[in-house]
Amino acid sequence: MSRVVFLAERCKGCLLCTLACPKKIIEQSSRFNRNGYKVVEVSDENMSKCIGCAFCATVCPDCVITVYRSKKAAKGEE
Amino acid sequence: MSVHQNEELVFSAPKLMADKPTHYCPGCHHGTAHRLVAEVLEEMNLPEETICIGSIGCSVFIYNYMGLDAVEAPHGRAPAVATGVKRSRPDRIVFTYQGDGDLASIGLAEIMHAANRGERITIIFVNNTVYGMTGGQMAPTTLIGQKTTTTPGGRTLESEGAPMKMAEIIATLGGCAYSTRVALDTVPNIRKAKKAIRHAFEVQRKELGLSFVEILATCPTNWRMDAVTANKRLTEEMIPAFPLGVFVDAVAEAKEGA
Amino acid sequence: MSEIKLLTGNEAVVHGALAAGCRCYFGYPITPQNAIPELMSQLLPAAGGQFVQAESEVASANMLLGAAATGTRAMTSSSSPGISLKQEAISYMAASHLPGVIVNMNRGGPGLGDIGSSQGDYFQSTRGGGHGDYRTLVLAPASCQEAYDMMIQAFDLAFKYRNPVLVLGDAIVAQMKEPVKMWKPEPVSSDEAAEWRLEGAAGRESRVIMSLYLAEGALAQQNRNLVAKYEAMRAEVGAETYETADADLIVVAYGSIGRIAKSSVRRLREQGHKVGLVRPLTLYPYPDKMLENLAAQGKKFITIEHNTGQMVEDVRLAVRRYTDSSFFGYMPGNMPASEDFMEPILKALE
Repeated sequence: MSRVVFLAERCKGCLLCTLACPKKIIEQSSRFNRNGYKVVEVSDENMSKCIGCAFCATVCPDCVITVYRSKKAAKGEE
Repeated sequence: MSVHQNEELVFSAPKLMADKPTHYCPGCHHGTAHRLVAEVLEEMNLPEETICIGSIGCSVFIYNYMGLDAVEAPHGRAPAVATGVKRSRPDRIVFTYQGDGDLASIGLAEIMHAANRGERITIIFVNNTVYGMTGGQMAPTTLIGQKTTTTPGGRTLESEGAPMKMAEIIATLGGCAYSTRVALDTVPNIRKAKKAIRHAFEVQRKELGLSFVEILATCPTNWRMDAVTANKRLTEEMIPAFPLGVFVDAVAEAKEGA
Repeated sequence: MSEIKLLTGNEAVVHGALAAGCRCYFGYPITPQNAIPELMSQLLPAAGGQFVQAESEVASANMLLGAAATGTRAMTSSSSPGISLKQEAISYMAASHLPGVIVNMNRGGPGLGDIGSSQGDYFQSTRGGGHGDYRTLVLAPASCQEAYDMMIQAFDLAFKYRNPVLVLGDAIVAQMKEPVKMWKPEPVSSDEAAEWRLEGAAGRESRVIMSLYLAEGALAQQNRNLVAKYEAMRAEVGAETYETADADLIVVAYGSIGRIAKSSVRRLREQGHKVGLVRPLTLYPYPDKMLENLAAQGKKFITIEHNTGQMVEDVRLAVRRYTDSSFFGYMPGNMPASEDFMEPILKALE
């Protein structure tokens, strides 16, 4: 199952990733990080919809997102 | 962040990028542009022979975010400093990273002549239509009608002239081997931008002349917009005013001729 | 035995720089220093170096900054208005601890002035002509031989202190022709500046050469470091003295004017007048201790310059505990001869 991991402390709540995600599973949470930005998240149930396309990480200006793609899905994707 | 058993890592921050937050505003594309340069240099295995010429503007702190040997050029003078660096060490990869106020206004003579001399350097030119660091004044690339802190009524053709199209201008200079304009508003455009940056460093490595990449970017804070709206403005207003494309490419021309 | 050649001051600067191992020259046309870029364009590439005629003096000074950042022996040259344009880059070089040599063949000023000789750039040269508290070492040649020698000295001092060095000549030194002994110093070692120069971070932390200090207290510390360096530079002070021991009056003059004044002093000595000369070779650090010691011996002073009075302030500062210095300013725009200084010196003797 592909997934994304957010380095919440780096997120600035710009929400560009929420635009880019083709599955529309990234949302702004109500949690604030140390710098006072409302960080983004993917809910646990939504994470299964992640296809590991890394669109979110590509548009993120702050290297917040690390992306893993499941091998099974990866083979299917190629 | 360990990789689990049946998955593979497909995206992570390039090692060249320092593992610390940047001072850039939320949604500012400097961070993206930095990452693309870092990814390209890493993929070309160049960091250990690269010297970065920082300029004066929001990106003056580029050397804090990239593990590269770097020198800070006075405002507008990065292409001249880069000339001195490259002439003294022609075996090194040398690039400037500049904003629109730095390159197109105070530093216009320097970029024109560095390009005309065909200095084997790469210019990363981030165009966000304002002076960011100093609080949002008009830049040579400010759009007609765009309000800035020095064009409160919006830029007019009559008194402030038109936005300068640097990629096209630089392409007309004999020593310029590659000049292109790219944008960072969408995933496809960011990927094209990375290819362009890669090509620019290839042109330098082949010593064909100066390579110039104009990168359209947002400045949410000084556009008085949130990041998402600013990104939309880039797509809907900046790209029509600053057409994307390649304006000269000695490599392509060489292939055609061959 | 080193070769002796008939050279103008401009040509001596070029040969001295090449002897010192200068690898890059960046310049721009302006009279009366044009022969420097012209000769450099012939000799430097042939010696495996890089010559660039820049689009402006601003650009050429910033090219110097770039070459200095890689630890390369590099220089630029110009005359007065062009040197004004280089001031920002020189301030950055001083603040970034970057070595480099800047030659100014002083011409008539202010403004466009004329292409004749003048010492109107003394303040600009010795007070750090740009923004912020900084100093450059300043050497003042009075002959073509000194122009040659001082280029070698300038490069060594620049790298010893990691600081810009200014060689302040003028239209007289630039264009007169004299025999020059072209001695060769020890060759420069290839790992000069190895511990700080930029070359790409291979197997080490990256190096950053900059002068922006925004963190609290950081700029204060930077300026303390600079002051400590400028104190250390005092060791490099130098001056020529002539017949000062039993002199009642000391003439203080530098560069070509110092040399002309020496003829005046010699002729007055022949007429039995007890006059002497101090000719500063370094304008920064200034030979103030030497002047103070002479003042302590009860000597009187006259400062002679080819401007409306600049170095005289430094002389007055140096001798202030004992005496004052009178001043004779020969107006730029005319060419002085030793006769022109005799009457003012005699008047100062009374």
